[in-house]
Amino acid sequence: MFVINCPYCGERDQQEFKAGGEAHIERPKQPTELSDDEWAEYLFMRKNIKGVQFERWNHAHGCRKWFNMVRDTSNDEIKLVYKMGEKPPLE
Amino acid sequence: MSANLRVKSSEYIDETHRVSFKFNGKTYYGFKGDTLASALLANDVHLVGRSFKYHRPRGIMTAGSEEPNAIVQVNDKTNRTEPNVRATEVEIYEGLEASSQNCWPNVNFDIGGINNLISPFLPAGFYYKTFMWPASFWEKYEFFIRHSAGLGKSPSEKDPDIYDHRNIHCDVLVVGAGISGILAAKNAAKNNFKTLLIDEKNELGGATIYQNKEFNKIDNQSSSDWIKKEINGLKNISNLEIKTRTSVAAYHGYNYLLARENLTDHLENKDKDNKVRQRLLKIRAKKVILATGALERPLIFNNNDRPGIMLSTAVKKYADFFGVKCGKKNVFFTNNDSAYESALCLYNKGIKVDAIIDIRNNSNSKIVKAVKQVGIQIYWSHTVVDTNGYRRLNNISIMKLSNDGMTVTGNRINISCDCLGVAGGWTPAVHLFTQSGGKLKFDEDNNLFLPNKYPSDQISVGSCNGNFNLNEIMKELSIKLKEFLKINQTDFDNIVIESEEETSKRNIWLLPSDKAIGKTKPFVDYQNDATAKDIKLALREGFRSIEHVKRYTTTGMGTDQGKLGNMHALGIIADTAGVKMGELGTTTFRPPYTPLTFGTIVGRNVGEFFDVFRRTAMNNWHIENKAEFENVGQWKRGWYYPINGETMHQAVQRESKAARESAGILDASTLGKIDIQGSDASEFLNRVYTNAWSKLAIGKCRYGLMLNEDGMVYDDGVTTRLGENHYLMTTTTGGAANVLGKLEDYLQTEWPELDVYLTSVTDHYATASVCGPNSKKILKKIIPDLDLSDENFPHMSFKEAKINNIKCRVMRISFTGEHSYEVNIQASFGKALWEKCIEAGKEFNITPYGTETMHLLRAEKGFIIVGQDTDGTMTPIDLQMDWIVSKKKYDFIGKRSLYRSDTMREDRKQLVGLLTDDPNIILEEGAQIVSELNQNPIQMLGHITSSYFSPNLNKSIALAVVRGGKDMMGKKLFIPMEDKTISVTVANPVFFDEENKRLNA
Repeated sequence: MFVINCPYCGERDQQEFKAGGEAHIERPKQPTELSDDEWAEYLFMRKNIKGVQFERWNHAHGCRKWFNMVRDTSNDEIKLVYKMGEKPPLE
Repeated sequence: MSANLRVKSSEYIDETHRVSFKFNGKTYYGFKGDTLASALLANDVHLVGRSFKYHRPRGIMTAGSEEPNAIVQVNDKTNRTEPNVRATEVEIYEGLEASSQNCWPNVNFDIGGINNLISPFLPAGFYYKTFMWPASFWEKYEFFIRHSAGLGKSPSEKDPDIYDHRNIHCDVLVVGAGISGILAAKNAAKNNFKTLLIDEKNELGGATIYQNKEFNKIDNQSSSDWIKKEINGLKNISNLEIKTRTSVAAYHGYNYLLARENLTDHLENKDKDNKVRQRLLKIRAKKVILATGALERPLIFNNNDRPGIMLSTAVKKYADFFGVKCGKKNVFFTNNDSAYESALCLYNKGIKVDAIIDIRNNSNSKIVKAVKQVGIQIYWSHTVVDTNGYRRLNNISIMKLSNDGMTVTGNRINISCDCLGVAGGWTPAVHLFTQSGGKLKFDEDNNLFLPNKYPSDQISVGSCNGNFNLNEIMKELSIKLKEFLKINQTDFDNIVIESEEETSKRNIWLLPSDKAIGKTKPFVDYQNDATAKDIKLALREGFRSIEHVKRYTTTGMGTDQGKLGNMHALGIIADTAGVKMGELGTTTFRPPYTPLTFGTIVGRNVGEFFDVFRRTAMNNWHIENKAEFENVGQWKRGWYYPINGETMHQAVQRESKAARESAGILDASTLGKIDIQGSDASEFLNRVYTNAWSKLAIGKCRYGLMLNEDGMVYDDGVTTRLGENHYLMTTTTGGAANVLGKLEDYLQTEWPELDVYLTSVTDHYATASVCGPNSKKILKKIIPDLDLSDENFPHMSFKEAKINNIKCRVMRISFTGEHSYEVNIQASFGKALWEKCIEAGKEFNITPYGTETMHLLRAEKGFIIVGQDTDGTMTPIDLQMDWIVSKKKYDFIGKRSLYRSDTMREDRKQLVGLLTDDPNIILEEGAQIVSELNQNPIQMLGHITSSYFSPNLNKSIALAVVRGGKDMMGKKLFIPMEDKTISVTVANPVFFDEENKRLNA
């Protein structure tokens, strides 16, 4: 059970949050221009990394805001949380 | 009771307070402070149960939570009964009843004991190998296996007790209140850390509290006297909370721990009522100090499981702490010094010790010398090769060990004894450490798995960290505490310790016998009856991974999770396979450390509180009018309203006819309602629904279909434009929360530029839906000044109105195909509105109808229900709802997916109507549909999604999804059922009033 530092509310228990899958997959602006393969890439393909992963989380039972998290899936260490729209860290 | 088994009075047992209890129906007496195990031993009862597989007689082995054998059923045949309780943990009270498990007809004569005689035919994996074939026989095998297996009986009545959960936050959590835990907690609390100290026993002090007085001294006092003073001193520390009878069950990441606090199990039954029995503590600690101690290991030798064979420290604890001698003729069998400490303690209490058998060649430690001095015979370099006595040990045979320890030599020596204390060394209790994600390392010299890498802010101290010498424990504790808590000193930095030092050791995982291994029974896992022989067999049959061997032999899979024998299993595998134990690793330690009751896990969430029920404002009216209810999501919805003992079918037929012939009323309050405001609200709706919204006039309503990005139908409902930048969206009852979540997700992450705000208002409004040809007349009576003419208030439009000065919103929308109105009012007036409608509708025979009639009426019209006629694989095209998918809009959620090659396939399952050839046969929802009866294998084309008998059409109707169904209009299909085949014809899914004339009737 993580302790998650919501960028809007501060530290809260994991049970207040909902995981929302891989982060920084932007919805294509012009879906009709895409081939079936390109659209499938957006729709279905997710990385599921063992190690450092960029994820979306929602403070579902709190401020209900979505935000991003950098988490090491091998040991559950949360390295960073940052707001939606903010650039992901390079490292 | 046999008083002669009580020795010198113990300070932990209140001999003035006699307690009577029953075991297997017989009344015994013990004293306050006894456990069930100590009281039984005081009564000379060793045989307490039968083993799982061979039904061998088993006795009490330990004095703690690691007990594998003495597991009993407590308070059988009452509503408080509990199976699989460790007799070593049950504190006795007046009226306690306990009984043996896994034996029939009784523990002294058990039919299942035959399994012991035929055990050569019951090797590891016997069940897997034997009951595999023929497959059809499984049901017959299962009956016998289930009948003869099982540990205890689950309760059959409702649990009368109360359970609770509590969240605790602390700076430092200390698990285990032995000497290390007590000093750690005291020093943390004194340095301003908010500290919680937990121990599973009812007394603090661990093993130190009854420590041998001569060989461990602190500041020139016996260590037990010294620790008592320390325990007394804890009472005055303000920021220290102590929880006894509390067992930490799980240690999760981020220092989140679960512990079970036992509050009433030690009380008399009459004192248990109306109290919280067990409380689950959910602990979030900044720092954790594990001082969980170590468990004594048994030794693995032939027939090492007889009642009377116990751990040496258990023999000592029963004598020292409980004042009970476990046998009249005591012998110890050891590979280290701890048996000598036990022997000396017994000797000092006047209990006879006949011999010590030691596999080591010699030892000249102080304690061994002391034992020699009192004249106890020691057999060096000997091992036990066999034991005798069916229900109770009566003698053992020993032989000399060869130098390599692999064989025995010389002649058997028989020693008569009724209690054998075995001492196989110590296993640090690293269970919680590994649960938290900690990695172990193997100490080759001492054969120990020890904490290595800590995954969170925690330390292990004392013997759970592999330290067994008091002097070293205290030195290490002081250094570790200072570093961990960042403090300059501890209050025990300068104490003087005199402690016993072990000088020689020898370890043999599987001790040899003069018999071949195949003819012996050296038990490794007592509870699951796994022997060293089984482990070797598994290796011979090709199992290599320790996890596989565990599952094949069931070693370590009992309720005790192999706390005693797992290390030996690993050792035997390593020796047999010729690998190093460090490379072999351990099996995974899983929570809970000791079993938890279901009550503890669910806490207050039992019965009605198991899940939250949501009820509408009209709920009491439904109850008063004898509605049957249906659960829809968390909502309780009126299902149908039977009168005069009607069946559901009769009630639904009556309600459906009334709604079409005159007037019906439905409680539609449960539909999800989302208030949407903002200057981009219209654009937002354009993006989330498949149809166009920009041109919807203020005061108008529109039906919308929402897709997932994969093109599949997700939700539907009517949305009303209340103002220029203001909409009210309705969703399905079950989908409301998910729809809101999804819309928020898109707004926050994909389209943050849109000026749109979403608010859930589901609970704020109550909705009465009045439908039928007389609905207009009824509404006129309720809201006389509202112009209901078709010109002013046409279908799919909305008006604001007032009923007795209470504002309400009236939508003229219809889910039944009838002329109908939905009146939304502030929820607190919901019941009043409903009663007003009923009153006004009386002259028109207004009939309340529930969800079942609603489903029937909409099915007559071919309207879909998302989740019933769709299942997450249906596109709007599959539903033949092409009309609602905008061709003009550039984009909306799911649009691109409608042009994927897969979603454009012609042979997808498509929604069609079905009519049975015999109009009286009602199809079963879920039934499979085929077109050919003589195919092999027969091809399934689809299934029935909705099916009813329509009273308005006087025939059976059904909706179904059928592969390529769009082009099958008029085609005959078949529904093969168990007893008959039903023939049907594909039809238009709109069965009733295709021209929608009734909407304006």
